[in-house]
Amino acid sequence: MPKFTLYVNGKTHRLNVVADMPLLWVLRDELGYTGTKYGCGRGLCGACTIHVDGEATRACMTAVENLDGAEITTIESLSLDNSHPLQKAWIAEEAPQCGYCQSGQIMTAAALLKRNPNPDDADIDSAMKMNLCRCGTYGRVRKAIHRATEDNG
Amino acid sequence: MRQVLSRRDFIKISSTAGAGLMIGITLPYKDRLVAAGVVEQTFEPNVWVSIHPDNTITIMAAKSEMGQHIRTSLPMIVAEELEADWSQVKVAQADAHPDKYGSQGTGGSGSIRRSFTRLRKAGATAREMLVQAGADKWDVSKAECIAEKGKILHVSSGKTFTFGELAEAASKLPAPEDPLLKNPRDFKLIGNSMPGLDTPSRVNGTAQFGMDIQVPNMVYAAVLRCPTFGGKIKSFKSQKTKKVNGIIDTFEIDDGIAIVGKNTWAVIKGQRALDVNWDHGDFANWNSKQIRDMMEKKGAGKAIVAREDGTVVNVKNDQIISAQYEVPFTHHATMEPMNCVVHVKKNTCEIWAPTQVPQRIQTTAAKYLGMDVKNITVHVTLLGGGFGRRLWADFVTDALQVSKRTKKPVKLVWTREDDIAHDFFRPTSIHKLQGSLSKKTVNLWKHRVVAPSISGQMAPERFKNGRLDRSAVNGASNLPYAIPNVLVDYVMTNTEVPVGWWRSVYNSQNAFANEGFIDELAEAAGKDSFQFRLDLLKDSPRHMGVLKLAAEKAGWGKKLGKDNGMGIAVHESFGSWAAMVAEVTVGEKGTLKIDKITSAIDCGLVINPDGVKAQMESAIVYGLTSTLKGEITIEKGAVVQSNFHDFELLRIDEMPKVNVYIVKSAEPPGGAGEPGLPPVAPAVANAVFAATGKRIRRLPIKPEDLI
Ligand code: FES
Ligand code: FES
Repeated sequence: MPKFTLYVNGKTHRLNVVADMPLLWVLRDELGYTGTKYGCGRGLCGACTIHVDGEATRACMTAVENLDGAEITTIESLSLDNSHPLQKAWIAEEAPQCGYCQSGQIMTAAALLKRNPNPDDADIDSAMKMNLCRCGTYGRVRKAIHRATEDNG
Repeated sequence: MRQVLSRRDFIKISSTAGAGLMIGITLPYKDRLVAAGVVEQTFEPNVWVSIHPDNTITIMAAKSEMGQHIRTSLPMIVAEELEADWSQVKVAQADAHPDKYGSQGTGGSGSIRRSFTRLRKAGATAREMLVQAGADKWDVSKAECIAEKGKILHVSSGKTFTFGELAEAASKLPAPEDPLLKNPRDFKLIGNSMPGLDTPSRVNGTAQFGMDIQVPNMVYAAVLRCPTFGGKIKSFKSQKTKKVNGIIDTFEIDDGIAIVGKNTWAVIKGQRALDVNWDHGDFANWNSKQIRDMMEKKGAGKAIVAREDGTVVNVKNDQIISAQYEVPFTHHATMEPMNCVVHVKKNTCEIWAPTQVPQRIQTTAAKYLGMDVKNITVHVTLLGGGFGRRLWADFVTDALQVSKRTKKPVKLVWTREDDIAHDFFRPTSIHKLQGSLSKKTVNLWKHRVVAPSISGQMAPERFKNGRLDRSAVNGASNLPYAIPNVLVDYVMTNTEVPVGWWRSVYNSQNAFANEGFIDELAEAAGKDSFQFRLDLLKDSPRHMGVLKLAAEKAGWGKKLGKDNGMGIAVHESFGSWAAMVAEVTVGEKGTLKIDKITSAIDCGLVINPDGVKAQMESAIVYGLTSTLKGEITIEKGAVVQSNFHDFELLRIDEMPKVNVYIVKSAEPPGGAGEPGLPPVAPAVANAVFAATGKRIRRLPIKPEDLI
């Protein structure tokens, strides 16, 4: 089986997995980073959003063979003590309901804020609209992103 | 007969509320450890509360957490009576137990309603014992001491003990048989929005859903099921599957073919590679249109009466209005697909499941394995959404079979495609309505509900003799409007399509029909639809309360643009009343934008206001999805939709402005998770009518309905 080297949250991992295994299952089953979620497996829901070299990426659609040597960041690295401005804002707005989509929401929002530190509602909508939430937390997600930008600046 | 039990008695007694409060659960084994100095004595006055010597308090949640923050609001009730300091409180999830906690089923918006009194008593019992323990230590009378913020205070001297310091002494006291409950006026926690105890874990990836459980030596499994309802396997070839890297085995189980492998990706690929020859069965000839035709035909025949007031014949001089409303099958779409981890061992079984019914899982496993329920451990994980889907145990029976055969712990994962194709769908329905107006007032209301029956599909024999499935007319037979002549009846039209409880169950269809049609009657009477409802709700103060509140906050009657419309709806379900005003914009090309939903709820006494608000927001989004999208259709006896590209959910850019107003009330708590859903679709449909003059009588709303 091929060997791959992945940099996840600052740690180096050497992997013996099939080349077409999506990063999602590498993270969850092989490395135990279960914060990244499976929702659809087809790039349709955003639950699996992580960062590859700083870009919001669907882990379910990215085969490990394309990631050899890439820098991967998951929800677990935002901060475990919830000190990241987005996490603080999410908590302050009580944004999560079941929470299952929220890793993906937060990772997409983090990429948005990197690009655009001061998004308006339309910017938020266009960045976040591929992240589905069946619990309907959209209103609070919007508010939390605004709050996080205030916290930043 | 009542008796005071010591904590060693080990006997389950019912509290005066009949709620299965347990007294004296401390185990002798643990007592021995305490005596030997191995562990410190924890005070466990009942199954709900443990107070530890380090002054922390663990409160048991015996209901499933699926986003409704129940693991916050249930502890609030206990902590309120206990006079705990909220920062001391931790929540622990109860494993399934046949009777220790009463029903652990989480559904019917019932967790608060059905636990309120027993949890208050549990907290009060512990408080009384702690007060007594403090009084004993100071050698003063109990009346001189009070509990406050996690301490017992001797009022005149100002001396205090923490709860932790009294834990051991309190654990030696008898439990009071009838503890004094607080006056609701003195509530400090209840009625305040407390931060969700599970919120921090939900923003850093540490929240553990069923999908996230990993146990040593675990294998993974997927199941391929016949896409056609009622179909069977004829034969299958697994050569290609076995070639997939990481596949361990494939074999037939009750519901299909199990694919077992070393990781999720292997079993997903293995599932796709299976080559099966299905016997699609008789239902393979069916599609949505045929189902509808069958329902139309049966709907014109014999019906079972659910409600009959007055006389329904004497209306020949009235103006008669008739309409038909229709609602499709729809899907739960929990963001976390079905899954569980099961480990069948020699004489025992351990299960980790995101379930709304831990006890049903436990009995299902016991029956399947031929084991005693006490040998089945069911751990309840967090649920990535429930909405009624997780009231079923189907995903666990799959895993039981795989674990039994492989003799290994198994994580069984449904793909999104499996989850959509093999749901228990919200029943499709047809509603035949007729009303009559005599001098502009409603004289007659007839509502025939034609729909598959959830109970009738589960237990057909119960309905053989023309028995009514009461659930199917929920929200129809309890029409609140003061109309002298009312006939509500039901025609059961079951098919092979599995049906189940979906957020608000039949209220979702029946409210759409009721509240759309009452608008049609208002129009026929030439009256404002808000005022028309009010006039018919004079004897229903709680309906009136929410209706007025929503209308007032929305600015009912305000001037709108020519493409805009405002619609209103009100509905009672699950012990609560909800009203909504929708504001919409309809574009020329049939584009529909929901601009704003103003909602009001009366759910009696509110425990955690922000929790109620969040549940309303959630129900509104869930309701909008089924109003605008989210249709399940049947072709060749199988579900057409397969993933989120053709089963679409509302997105953030379609999210209207939502305002939630809560009626202040001292009435007993009502439900909060579901009551917000039923008024959504009719409020939107009525708003579309106001904007365009087009009646929406079928869901979901399609562009062609608007032009
Ligand atoms: S799981 Fe990757 S987008 Fe849905
Ligand atoms: S919080 Fe449950 S799916 Fe988003």
